[in-house]
Amino acid sequence: MMGENAAPKIVVGLGSCGIAAGAREVLAAFERELKRQGVRAKLGRTGCLGLCYREVLADVITKSQGRISYGNVTPVMVPRIVEQHIINDKPVEEWIVLGDGYTTPDTDFLTRQYRIVLRNCGRIDPEAIEEYVARDGYKALQKVLAEISPEDVISIIKESGLRGRGGAGFPTGLKWEFTRKAKGDKKYIICNADEGDPGAFMDRSVLEGDPHSVLEGVLIAGYAVGAQEGFIYVRAEYPLAVKRLKVALEQAKSHGFLGNNILGTPFNFNIKIKEGAGAFVCGEETALIASIEGRRGMPRLRPPFPATSGLWGKPTCINNVETFANIAWIISNGAGKYSAIGTEKSKGTKVFALTGRIKRSGLVEVPMGITLREIIFDIGGGIKDDGKFKAVQLGGPSGGCLSADLLDIPIDYETITQTGAIMGSGGMVVADERTCMVDLAKFFLSFTQNESCGECVPCRLGTKRMLEILIRLTQGKGEEEDLYLLRNLARDVKVASLCGLGQTAPNPVLTTLEYFKEEYEAHVRERRCYAGVCTDLTVFVIKDNLCKGCGICVKHCPVEAIVGKRKEIYHIDESKCIKCGLCMEHCPFDAIYRA
Amino acid sequence: MAQVIVTINGRRIKTEIGKTILEVAKENGIYIPTLCYEPRLKPYGACRVCLVEVEGAKGLLPACATEVTDGMEIATDTVTLYEIRRTIVELLLSDHPPNCLVCESAGSCELQDLAYRLGIEEVRFKGEQYEYKVEDFNPLIERDHSKCILCGRCVRICEEVQGIKVYDFINRGFETVVTTPFDRSLTETECEFCGQCVSTCPTGALIDRQRKFKGRIWETAKVRSICPYCGCGCQIIIHVKNGEVIGISADVECGVNEGNLCAKGRFGYNFINHQDRLKTPLIRKDGRFIEASWEEALKVVTTNLSKIKTKYGADSIAGLSSAKCTNEENYLFQKFMRAVIETNNVDHCARL
Repeated sequence: MMGENAAPKIVVGLGSCGIAAGAREVLAAFERELKRQGVRAKLGRTGCLGLCYREVLADVITKSQGRISYGNVTPVMVPRIVEQHIINDKPVEEWIVLGDGYTTPDTDFLTRQYRIVLRNCGRIDPEAIEEYVARDGYKALQKVLAEISPEDVISIIKESGLRGRGGAGFPTGLKWEFTRKAKGDKKYIICNADEGDPGAFMDRSVLEGDPHSVLEGVLIAGYAVGAQEGFIYVRAEYPLAVKRLKVALEQAKSHGFLGNNILGTPFNFNIKIKEGAGAFVCGEETALIASIEGRRGMPRLRPPFPATSGLWGKPTCINNVETFANIAWIISNGAGKYSAIGTEKSKGTKVFALTGRIKRSGLVEVPMGITLREIIFDIGGGIKDDGKFKAVQLGGPSGGCLSADLLDIPIDYETITQTGAIMGSGGMVVADERTCMVDLAKFFLSFTQNESCGECVPCRLGTKRMLEILIRLTQGKGEEEDLYLLRNLARDVKVASLCGLGQTAPNPVLTTLEYFKEEYEAHVRERRCYAGVCTDLTVFVIKDNLCKGCGICVKHCPVEAIVGKRKEIYHIDESKCIKCGLCMEHCPFDAIYRA
Repeated sequence: MAQVIVTINGRRIKTEIGKTILEVAKENGIYIPTLCYEPRLKPYGACRVCLVEVEGAKGLLPACATEVTDGMEIATDTVTLYEIRRTIVELLLSDHPPNCLVCESAGSCELQDLAYRLGIEEVRFKGEQYEYKVEDFNPLIERDHSKCILCGRCVRICEEVQGIKVYDFINRGFETVVTTPFDRSLTETECEFCGQCVSTCPTGALIDRQRKFKGRIWETAKVRSICPYCGCGCQIIIHVKNGEVIGISADVECGVNEGNLCAKGRFGYNFINHQDRLKTPLIRKDGRFIEASWEEALKVVTTNLSKIKTKYGADSIAGLSSAKCTNEENYLFQKFMRAVIETNNVDHCARL
């Protein structure tokens, strides 16, 4: 990474996450500062390394110190980094996040990971094909074109045990084989980059940080199944990913990795980008295909599966971004090395977007078989503000909420499915005691209810009625029979819906009903929300013995709900109170509490 | 066709490969409820009331779209299926106006029939009902979204059978509705007013505006006939109440048209009782039309044609035939022109 001359290099993490945290300003500050101090150093960009909680990240690479990453960088910090580290060769130790010879609280975040999909993310400039090639990029493509028959490529992928990372976990090699064997004059490859789960950003980071690894996977798949055309269906809300994909496509074309007679062989392959308009259901493969065809994104019945009748009725192999990003590594390193990682039925690694009430949120890639506890506590550093772990939501709105007693289950497709959650595409949202599980289920249901395409009755109306029941519960208007109705309806929607969206939409409800039943019951029987989230069930009370009559609460109350006189005991008028909690926050004597 | 043997509810049935579970069940008198199914259309599988249990299958399968395979063991009437069907119909009813009393489709509504069949006296689900008003002042088709169950039959018949594609779904989730491009009136779309959508609508969401409040379906006599409009010979069913034609429908299982009709055949029945309709021949006498018998009228025609032919020659006469006539009638007409009148001046309105 040092380049030919030994000039120091500064690399700023310019993924969407970094940019949102102010990476462009940091980059500009470095530019200004280098000029001002007259320092010769290269400035570069990279994608997301995964340490979202430390953005903006900036790496300084020098001959003597190697690569040192600074976290939470702001333009104010830049002059000192330039002066101390680059000019005087003394890294600013207190700002270091990662670096050879430095142990920081963040070291665990990376050392416990196994990075295959994310191998280049945060390490290369995603807009420079040379950097991808320098890290053995497109070697796997060269290898398959030169010496491996398409059938053997499929055998290798089958042997590796790779399963679809979009969520369902269908064996990738088998899918390729079905598409190869299907009869058709034309075949297609589709890369599903329509990542839509709230809180999930695995695919975005890969596309923004290492787009060529996805292209290489698509190309190898095209060669293996006998396709000549591929589509990358990426949501338009990922403008940076779209831009970097476009740059990558142009570069791959000019380097002879894409187009006609790739690398001098008879293999022709072209890739088009199709931007999706942001419908969650278009992540479902048949709806996605309808969308590419220019129709409304609505699923259709399967069979026939896309492998036999997909895009424009032709055999189509459709895989997720993360699946494709694994392919080149498997070809280069061998199926055996890949299948050595993981459990009996789930091989390799899985990328998770770790978010919620967790200390170190970000993108992590872990070997299958690792436990939830290891991810949340060892890698993620445990609960924010040293709170108490309550639940983890796996698989986004299609997934389930698991309680603390399930923290030691291993991550693999079958085990997670048994709990009622799903592996999903990799969303992992951590909740603490301040999260109300009924409210959480309501959040996910309101999402799926909005995103239902409206085609089948159970999903369109079932999710709506479930949501209405959940709203009643959180408002304290729920009755005992609502719980019974909710559970039954959720079960019917799960078995009767047409596509994956409806069949999994009840999961957040069913799992919270299973693992956090007492919370639901408290909402109904006691009209209480223990997490204090459901405002209709929350009452703020001033303790007589602690109130000093200072009147600070009165000043902060936005609706004049606090009555009384100075130096006497104040009271809250419940009819006026909007449950904002400002009085409690500002009381200097902790005299106000949530009941 | 290869023969296969399937078992439905314990009954062994010999049938052919390529048929769906629903078709086999129907042929053998086994009831499976349907809402989005329509024999004229491709299977859609969206209403989910035809779900059945198939031994060894992953989950429940839609009978309308699943083809039978040899040895398939199917159950269509289990408790689980009853409960799911009940839930689905209750969900539909929870977003459906309860005004069957005055609904034009009462008595021919598939949702009403299914609710009755499942014995749904009370709907467990209560909640918002989606309101979506469309002002469509065309004279023939009345659209009422509140009664729509989004089975997609109108969308599909317009696309698959008519090739017009006037309708599609808009919005998502609970707010999904079927409408025209930009929500326009049907008169501002490519709509040909064939009324195929009306014919397939299982509820009162699409109705023939002309027959509204003219008579209940059970009050009408159904008279099978042939459409009078053209030579296609479409089979129609004329709905008659108190001697008045109040509507036209067609039988999916009968006739060359297989349940399909065009705008004229379906909606063009007003002429029957129209005050301007000619019921007897008229002969102009002294500038006024006077009612006459057919004998008198034909006499005038033959006399005048003979006169013209003698005076000006046969080629001074031309004959124009009608598309309303059958092929046989048109054949006779040209024969008459050529052999009797002795001219080749014969043409047909379809060439105009």
